[in-house]
Amino acid sequence: MGKTGKIITAGLLVAVLAFAAGAANAKDKVKVGFIGPLTGGVSVNGIGGRNSADLAVRLRNMDQNAKYEYELVVLDDECKPNVAVQVATKMAADKDIIAAATHYCSATAIATVDTYHKFGFPVIVWGAVLPDITYRNKYAEVHRVNGTMINQNDANAELISQLGYKTVAVIHDTTDYGKGHNEYFSKALAKIGKAKIVGTFGVTADQQDFTAELTQVKALNPDVIYFGGLTPIGVRIRAQMDKLGIKAVFDGTSGIVSDAFIQGLGPLAEGTLAFREGAPTEKLPGGKFFMEKYNAQKYDNPPEAYGAFAYAAMDMILDTIEKVGPDRKKVIDALGNVKDRDSIVGKITFDDHGQNTVPVITKYVIQDGKFVEWEASEYASGKRKLPGQ
Amino acid sequence: MNVGLFAQYVMNGLMLGMMYALVAVGFTLFFGVLNIIKFSHGDVLTVGAFTALAVFSGLHALGFSSQWLDLVVMLAIATLAMAALGMLIARYLVMPLRSAPALNTLLITLMLGTVLRESVRLFYPQGANPKPFPALLPRNSIDIGSFNLRLDNVLMLTAGVAVIVGLQFLLNHTKLGLAIRAVAQDEETARTMGIDFTAIVLITFAIGSGLAAFAGVMNGLYYNEINFGIGLYLGVVGFSAAIIGGLGSIYGAILGGFLFAGLQTIGTVLLPFASAYKDVFAFAVVIAIMAWRPTGLIQEKISERV
Repeated sequence: MGKTGKIITAGLLVAVLAFAAGAANAKDKVKVGFIGPLTGGVSVNGIGGRNSADLAVRLRNMDQNAKYEYELVVLDDECKPNVAVQVATKMAADKDIIAAATHYCSATAIATVDTYHKFGFPVIVWGAVLPDITYRNKYAEVHRVNGTMINQNDANAELISQLGYKTVAVIHDTTDYGKGHNEYFSKALAKIGKAKIVGTFGVTADQQDFTAELTQVKALNPDVIYFGGLTPIGVRIRAQMDKLGIKAVFDGTSGIVSDAFIQGLGPLAEGTLAFREGAPTEKLPGGKFFMEKYNAQKYDNPPEAYGAFAYAAMDMILDTIEKVGPDRKKVIDALGNVKDRDSIVGKITFDDHGQNTVPVITKYVIQDGKFVEWEASEYASGKRKLPGQ
Repeated sequence: MNVGLFAQYVMNGLMLGMMYALVAVGFTLFFGVLNIIKFSHGDVLTVGAFTALAVFSGLHALGFSSQWLDLVVMLAIATLAMAALGMLIARYLVMPLRSAPALNTLLITLMLGTVLRESVRLFYPQGANPKPFPALLPRNSIDIGSFNLRLDNVLMLTAGVAVIVGLQFLLNHTKLGLAIRAVAQDEETARTMGIDFTAIVLITFAIGSGLAAFAGVMNGLYYNEINFGIGLYLGVVGFSAAIIGGLGSIYGAILGGFLFAGLQTIGTVLLPFASAYKDVFAFAVVIAIMAWRPTGLIQEKISERV
């Protein structure tokens, strides 16, 4: 090979190098969004979700095979509906942002669905549990990876029926939250048909005295008292049940899954049932993988209960964009056909409302001052007995 | 409805009524001496209950384990502390506003109530959560049919009656009571008779606020749970009870308290629709009574208002 050959080789080498570099640079930038409460009372959950979504984007950008380079746009809804509508409009109006993982608070998620629909902006809700978010309208833009109170009440009714209880008295607060629980629990119980509801009592969310209602409940003598509401009045009702000598099972919802419930009742909390959408992160199918990656990034805050769902939502958005390209319409179409998709929170299947129909529900029973998963408890193994068993 | 169940409702109503009455008496006392409405009264009750709880934690930490000793010390400290708080409120918030419109006093005490409530929430350890209150009374109970008669309820009712009878005795049969009644009837004349007006007002506020602390502890013992919001609701109910009874009349306040509790119980038991409306029912009846007798069921003997 002569001089010319060397020059050609060098030229080729340069060309190849230039091409390779060009290919690296040529990765298109695609923007995706995240909305959650980053300030205010529930900001720990919002920041945990933000970090988790950020983790999904970072991992994708590290992946050599990814077609695009992603940039995460983060906005704060403050858990306030009016603020949420503003930031949702801002994000949806920016045509460079293709899709987003949105909202932890039910109030903000329900307030913004119309905005997303109007702008044709595909979103996946990562934390809010109100059924109406997906079920009130049939918007192709709105999806949700986590479960709703419908799913937890199905699980609740199933367990009660399975344990052989025949009669249930329902006490619920008269907010949308409590009324929703009453509605879905009653439906689920009727569908199974093994136990019946002997009385339903609506109470105000800040009521102190429940002796009159509970005396009526006592006269009905139910096996189970179902309570749809939050911790403060849950504590009062359980304590006052004891005062009146009512020995029924206290069956709560996700609203009482908090340490404050156990602290407020002490030993009386023993044997209380409760249900929650999702599962402790380490129990999720991809929980270990997620926690390892999350910890490696050294975020200041933990992912909190719904971080894994924010990760799953964002990961699904990135997967979809990889497949169909950065086009909102195509992304919406693709999200309409999600079936048995593997994710770190388990299989995901969206129904015609965009709702994940196979969400994880965790059943709890309070045992020795702790929320213990039902399957792992001494109540399930028969070592201890719930009242009336 | 069987007899046992009926007895249970009556017992529930009596316990509620006793707490309402104790709060209502405070409103009536304050109105009697100064013609003002002190809206922070309910929140003084909350602070009283939390003071008692703090004392209990303290005694527990020091290793005391006698229930009766605990109870007596808790009650004494909470009552005295709230009496002192009541005097401070009277001296530095209410009395300086004597010549201002009554509305100002109402507003300033309303705001003070919020300050007290939020302070409990923010500064008491985990004050936003419901707190378990120790069951210090004997927990024996007798089942009579479907009626569960508890010894602690009986003791609390007895104590409540004793306090009210004691207050009645103080007002009607002692020199101090005479002075309070004199101030309530006519401030100017009372002063010319050599009664120390400021001292009497302060003592009255101390008595009323001490009663609130007593009601707060009773609330804790009855429900075995207290939270920063208990006083807000009890304040509204106590105020309404004092109004329907006739502001300024002790008997009226007691009557009003029990009447309100009765209405709530009836609202839950007899109305066909859900118990969620029991407060709507009870307050609607209160409105009707006020329309019927604007100055209350038992009127002040001498009313200056036209």
